[in-house]
Amino acid sequence: MLQVEQLKKSFDGFQAISDANLLVPKGEVVAVIGPNGAGKSTLFNLITGHLQADSGHIRFQGKEITSMAPYKICHRGMARSFQLINIFSSLTVFENVQASVIAKHRLDQNFFRPAKKLFIEETLEILDSFGLFDFKDRSCSALSYGDQKVLEIAIALGSKPELLLLDEPTAGMSSEETRRIVNLIKHLSREKGLTILLTEHDMELVFDVAQKIMVLHQGKTIAQGLPQDIRNDKSVQNAYLGETG
Amino acid sequence: MSTNNFKLIENPKGKFNTYLGLGIAAVGIIVLLLAPEFLTQYYVYLLATVFTTALLATSLNLVLGYGGLLHLHHGVFFGVGAYTVAIVTTKTSWPFAIAVLLAPLVAALIAFVIGWFCVRLRGLYFGMLTLALGQLVWAIVYRWNALTNGDNGIHAIPVPEFLTSINSVYYATLLILVISLIILYIITKSPFGLMLLATRDNPVRSESVGVNVKRHRLTAFVIAGFFAGIAGVLFVLVERSVAPSLLFWSESAEVLIMCLMGGLTVFMGPMLGAGILVLLSMVVGLYTEYWLLVLGLLLLLLVLFLPQGILGYLMEIYNKSQDKRGEY
Repeated sequence: MLQVEQLKKSFDGFQAISDANLLVPKGEVVAVIGPNGAGKSTLFNLITGHLQADSGHIRFQGKEITSMAPYKICHRGMARSFQLINIFSSLTVFENVQASVIAKHRLDQNFFRPAKKLFIEETLEILDSFGLFDFKDRSCSALSYGDQKVLEIAIALGSKPELLLLDEPTAGMSSEETRRIVNLIKHLSREKGLTILLTEHDMELVFDVAQKIMVLHQGKTIAQGLPQDIRNDKSVQNAYLGETG
Repeated sequence: MSTNNFKLIENPKGKFNTYLGLGIAAVGIIVLLLAPEFLTQYYVYLLATVFTTALLATSLNLVLGYGGLLHLHHGVFFGVGAYTVAIVTTKTSWPFAIAVLLAPLVAALIAFVIGWFCVRLRGLYFGMLTLALGQLVWAIVYRWNALTNGDNGIHAIPVPEFLTSINSVYYATLLILVISLIILYIITKSPFGLMLLATRDNPVRSESVGVNVKRHRLTAFVIAGFFAGIAGVLFVLVERSVAPSLLFWSESAEVLIMCLMGGLTVFMGPMLGAGILVLLSMVVGLYTEYWLLVLGLLLLLLVLFLPQGILGYLMEIYNKSQDKRGEY
């Protein structure tokens, strides 16, 4: 479904991504791991069009999307959540997701229909499956950090994507909240049949949910494969030595 | 996972708000319809000026409050609308109705051209470019003697017979104001309006959920320009003359202060601000010629003590008493 080939990106002479390669097959959960500063977030920003690649190719569903504008990539069926909370701060929880659903249906340039009455069921269904139903009329800035992270993902789901990118979905969360995210990811993958690409620091989570793992080290893909192969890979162990466990 | 019946969902607080708002609007309109019966001609004229300014301020707020864009020179589109009417009626033999229809279209066209450049920039840079390009339009109007009569402006603009008395002008401006406000209100409550708030809150995320943020902002800018052009038509009806000072940046600054004073987060806010400033400048003008000094002091007090504006502040109190969400 998603193919990244020999991707390169530098910032002011610093080579953030020097040779990233990635294959995300349809229907699978793929994790990108790597030490801090390996370039995981940069890779995500390149894939979703928030950054422009220097060279290399990104293909989505067989078509080239390298350096396309983020909104166009979204229209093709790719949505993402962000590592830091990135929501519409003055809107209610309901409106946050509804805005995304409206954009998905390409009604964002419609002037004369009352927005309040649009896609209520579709929006509430998403809120319900994310356990946010009871907060729907609250200002989203009144939510707890954990709930805001969940809302982060709910907004991405509003785009009805085929490929969902999650950038550190559990960053800064308690172990209980992390559990909730893990269940959510499994639910989205198994019941909704979503293809998921995620980055994560929590190795326990990664080996729990991922069917394939790609290891990024200093902007280079050093390994890619099944979780058990990655666990036994010598170069991966070297890269992580003295880093996380 | 809970099993809720999605069909039963309603928002009672929202409903109440709508009825309350409609009620206030209805009473207000009835009072305004009867007002000329009880007021002297001067006050009728003054109210018509308030209507004109109120429409200008409300159109600015679509970009400023809803879009979160620092638009510093909205008066340009107001001036372009007014000049379009003035030029078409004095330099061509076209009917008055054509002049009136052309004005908002020309204003929207100029807004498209200026906006096309500005939406590429962010924050203060956006603001500086609106100011620079706006002053450019002012300079053209100021210098192009053959078309605009330059510094002298255009006076004694002919209007149709039925718009010669101040009372008929009053009713015409009121009617156009109300229609424009209804359309603007519907737009703010439309999917476009919701996404405009979303682009204000978080342009990066908006882009991620599939919104072309630049196009969205440009659309808002053009709509605001269109309605400022309508306000320009109203200005000509009331004053029957135009001068280049209409397009000078200080006019735009005053409109900006109106929005701040009334409150950017409330639809009716800029209207309240317009009413207060227009009436106040009249009262102050009776005692001193230093209106700008008073305006400066007011702005200072406003920024220090009421950053959310008068109506914004009242809405905050109301919302707290209703125990509802924070902002609207």
